[in-house]
Amino acid sequence: MDSITLLTFFVLSVFVGFEVVSKVSSTLHTPLMSGANAIHGIILVGAIIVAGQAEDPFTLGLALFAVLLATVNLVGGFVVTDRMLEMFSGKKKPVKEEAK
Amino acid sequence: MNLLSPEITALAYLLAAVFFILALKGLSSPKSARGGNLLGALGAVIGLAVVFLSNEINNIGLILGVIGVGAIISVPAARMVQMTQMPQLVALFNGVGGGAAAVVALLELIHADSLGYLIAVAFTVFVGSVSFSGSVITFLKLQELMTSRPVTFPGQQFVMGGVVLVALVMAYLVITDGAMNWAVALMILGLATGVLVVLPVGGADVPIVISLLNALTGLAVAASGLVLGNTLLLVGGTLVGASGTILTLEMAKAMGRSVSNIIFGAFKGGSTAGSTEVSDRPVRSGSAEDVAILLGYANKVIIVPGYGLAVAQAQHTIAELRTALESKGIEVDFAIHPVAGRMPGHMNVLLAEANVPYEALLEMDEVNPQFKNADVALVVGANDVVNPAAKTTQGSPIYGMPILDAGEAQQVVFLKRSMRPGFAGIENDLLYEPNTTLLFGDAKESLTKVLTAVKAL
Repeated sequence: MDSITLLTFFVLSVFVGFEVVSKVSSTLHTPLMSGANAIHGIILVGAIIVAGQAEDPFTLGLALFAVLLATVNLVGGFVVTDRMLEMFSGKKKPVKEEAK
Repeated sequence: MNLLSPEITALAYLLAAVFFILALKGLSSPKSARGGNLLGALGAVIGLAVVFLSNEINNIGLILGVIGVGAIISVPAARMVQMTQMPQLVALFNGVGGGAAAVVALLELIHADSLGYLIAVAFTVFVGSVSFSGSVITFLKLQELMTSRPVTFPGQQFVMGGVVLVALVMAYLVITDGAMNWAVALMILGLATGVLVVLPVGGADVPIVISLLNALTGLAVAASGLVLGNTLLLVGGTLVGASGTILTLEMAKAMGRSVSNIIFGAFKGGSTAGSTEVSDRPVRSGSAEDVAILLGYANKVIIVPGYGLAVAQAQHTIAELRTALESKGIEVDFAIHPVAGRMPGHMNVLLAEANVPYEALLEMDEVNPQFKNADVALVVGANDVVNPAAKTTQGSPIYGMPILDAGEAQQVVFLKRSMRPGFAGIENDLLYEPNTTLLFGDAKESLTKVLTAVKAL
């Protein structure tokens, strides 16, 4: 893809990023940070491409290390965010659970 | 496998990017937040499926195996972590993402042929490394594996300046020469920079730094998208970089801090260094029974929970106290300061975990006018967020920080460990007011005693 197209993507994404999170209540700062954190775990896609094209063992080893780090970021990030948000939504049923 | 045509690949990446945007949008409001997060995960799944189907991927078994290992490590960590320790886990997840971006860019250096790509490689290697080591330090600070106070040493700013200067030279060499050695050196300097930037940051400011590093990782991922010519990485990373920047500024505003002061504050000697001086002015301390009587005969109680409550894991006890008081017909609300707990919104998560209904958690603007109608303000493990010095004492480190007007209630009760000042290290005049009662001790023990006494009334 040519650089101008990529630059266009970049600039438009900056504006979208600014726009979607403006005026968010402080209650949600932590989950939002955590959710955004999970999204940049998409670097896993990059790590997979590099590992898939590795031609020598050294490159492959490093690339697989990147795959591992990125997986932890992506998977862990979404799971921990979901766990935080679970606390916000499940209000009625846990009251009974506590009785057990 | 090259099963997907470039057009289909581009469309699928577009779809995944749209899911990321919807995820951030959803996460901005309480009702749609959980769904938003799931949309984000769906976007990631699409992205991963596409990368396997549209590229020539060798070593596929190894790659899938390593992904499996990563999931086996991270899912239990994310599911089992104590809610109070969640901020440092998020910091760690952020750091490894930055590290991954740096490694990817380093390996792509051999394929980078034009000036733009070389600049993007140098940027990703450096920023990703900063994010990795910086996040590790924030993790160590929050996990209390090292001191949470600012760490400074003589000549720190010169060391810092020197490291950044050498890093710039290395970046220049990477861009002009393209040799791997320079990139590795740049990576090491990035790691050093991350450590040096985060060391002087005081404990209370760490959440803002996590958010800032999160935004930086986003930018590093975006730059790696440029390197690989991958639009999904570019768009996803940029979204996080941009939204993370806004989030960092919002958090700093909520805490009455400026981002540049936090990063460079300790260098100038203006960070939240904190004193541990104990004043000998007289205070009125009471017993758990005294506090129970104040609470039990009130009509309206507002609880101000703080970091001390989180540390003592007392969120369940305070939820029980609320239930006990409500059964006596007393109105009980929680006043949540934007930075109560360790991160903005952290206290809400902790109390929600203890089954306190969302409606009982009032935000600062909503609750402040109500304090004057409250009989008792019960401050548990909080200090700076109710310190009137933020309004009255110009030149105080917390001057200008919005506070909860707990002092306007008829009676103020503080549950505190000791007379030691809070994070900001400044005295709280509210402690010495005639209508203030103090109950010393661990928040959980004190609350349990108060709860027993309330039930016995």
